[in-house]
Amino acid sequence: MSTVKTIAADHYPRIYLYRRIVQAKLFIDRFYAEKIDLDNISDEAYFSKFHFIRLFKSIYGKTPHQYLISVRIDKARELLQQSKSVSEVCFSVGFESVSSFSGLFTKLAGKTPSQYIAECAQRKNQVAANPLAFVPKCYAFMHGWDENSNFEDAHQ
Amino acid sequence: MITKMTVTNIHVIDQDSAYDFYVNKLGFKLVDDIPMGPGTRWLTVSPPGQPDLQLVLFPVTVSKLFPKEDAEALIAMIKRGIFGCGVLTCNDIFATYEELSAKGVEFIKVPTKEFYGTEALFKDDSGNYFSLQPINNFDRP
Repeated sequence: MSTVKTIAADHYPRIYLYRRIVQAKLFIDRFYAEKIDLDNISDEAYFSKFHFIRLFKSIYGKTPHQYLISVRIDKARELLQQSKSVSEVCFSVGFESVSSFSGLFTKLAGKTPSQYIAECAQRKNQVAANPLAFVPKCYAFMHGWDENSNFEDAHQ
Repeated sequence: MITKMTVTNIHVIDQDSAYDFYVNKLGFKLVDDIPMGPGTRWLTVSPPGQPDLQLVLFPVTVSKLFPKEDAEALIAMIKRGIFGCGVLTCNDIFATYEELSAKGVEFIKVPTKEFYGTEALFKDDSGNYFSLQPINNFDRP
């Protein structure tokens, strides 16, 4: 194990920088639903705000603010799939205004939250009515899930 | 003409544990989680940047496909780490290594420079191993 660590250390560029940026990212992942002051994150990471944003973007392809928004919208998708109301989801993922949430959601997801809820509900109903329609037939056959379907009949 | 791979398998020992590993640790997106009867489900995930590839978290359980002897033999081999499932790519291997390590992912090789580029190896919760490489390792002229 020590040999492996030595090899890594030889090639590991700016290890302390990576650890601080990753910790900031994990902080956003964990506390996305709360009021996050990105200035505080850069302070805790011992970076100037500008340096912090530049390094974060170089690693994750987004500024910390853009990343926070994307995490909130991703979490919102999960909650909307559970048919929760738009306003409930908006506040539970950390947005303070339904209109700004709806606007950002529409921009990133390509549909309004209400449209998204309706599409998810429709798919959920289709899955409940005919789950095998969502599984490639070869897998259903391998698992024996098709035994009550006419899949094998088609091959006879 | 074949155009894409759309669905492929990762054989896993426990689907609940695999869900936690691939979704909560690796950050993969859940595609389908459909109950298929007692103790079995159709569980697929996608890498975050590749939504059109579904990875089936395929449980090795006694079934039409796996008679008891085969299932036990396969589970033993997976646990021994015999199966490499492929290469996962990332923008920044050092940051990804730090993040996954912080989440408890077991690395069997930390980021190391090889003649083909920097690479790390980690195991999933079943014992399957993956190579982790920065995307630019695959730049071609």
